[in-house]
Amino acid sequence: MRRAIVCAIAMSAAPLLSGAAPAPKVHSIVIDKMRFGAVPPGVRVGDTILWINKDLFRHSATARNGSFNVDLPAGKSGRTVLRRAGNIAFYCIYHPGMTGTLTVGR
Amino acid sequence: MLKTFLWIGAAASLTISGAALSHDAAKPSDAQIAHIAYTAGQIDIDAGKQALAKSKNPAVRAFAEEMVRDHGAVNEKALALVGRLDVTPEANATSAALTAQATQKHDELAKLDGAAFDRAYVANEVAYHATVNGALRDVLIPSATNGELKSLLETGLTLFGEHQMHAEHLAASLR
Repeated sequence: MRRAIVCAIAMSAAPLLSGAAPAPKVHSIVIDKMRFGAVPPGVRVGDTILWINKDLFRHSATARNGSFNVDLPAGKSGRTVLRRAGNIAFYCIYHPGMTGTLTVGR
Repeated sequence: MLKTFLWIGAAASLTISGAALSHDAAKPSDAQIAHIAYTAGQIDIDAGKQALAKSKNPAVRAFAEEMVRDHGAVNEKALALVGRLDVTPEANATSAALTAQATQKHDELAKLDGAAFDRAYVANEVAYHATVNGALRDVLIPSATNGELKSLLETGLTLFGEHQMHAEHLAASLR
């Protein structure tokens, strides 16, 4: 009996699961030696960027379009949840030569 | 400040031109490089503190805070590195000349106030970073033998290049 119920639930849930959007992911971008590390591919709306500052210096991850501005003291991390699709150029407000671009898909 | 590093270059050239000396003898040692780099950083930290004590301009103060913070971080790392490598930074003529010139500049700036101070401080920051960066690129980094010291100096050069750019933009905004 229990097996039948479990089976029924699994069958009824399966179409829902297959049609749902993929679960949000957390992508890391490491900052070290005055550089933003590689920007991960496959970033989508709803995902989180985890900025990991391994550098000696305070940095920021600041979007040129104003959509985020994360202060990152030396050795600390910060998060950005991405709400919109598109290309987002970002830089460090303290060291503007440090730049990168996130590509956010739907 | 420029004179100081011209002096380094001149001293190096003079030594290299001595037939009895090897090329390596012309280079500052890692112990001397560590002392020069630390001294150069400390000078900019002190200049930043002077600016924080005198300036009321928010942009100048933000720049000065950045200098104190960034150069302090490099120097802290440098001290930890020389401690780990068991290298004792060695006082030398270049460090002494840097300190003497910085004292002179500090006294000049102390006589200024307001916008005149801001402009002079930032103009000196542009010149100072340009000179230090030239010395890092042309003398200190090529001369460093320890890989970790060289890597720290290279990170320093990238950082100070950013400071120079920041100082140039700030100087333009103060005109």
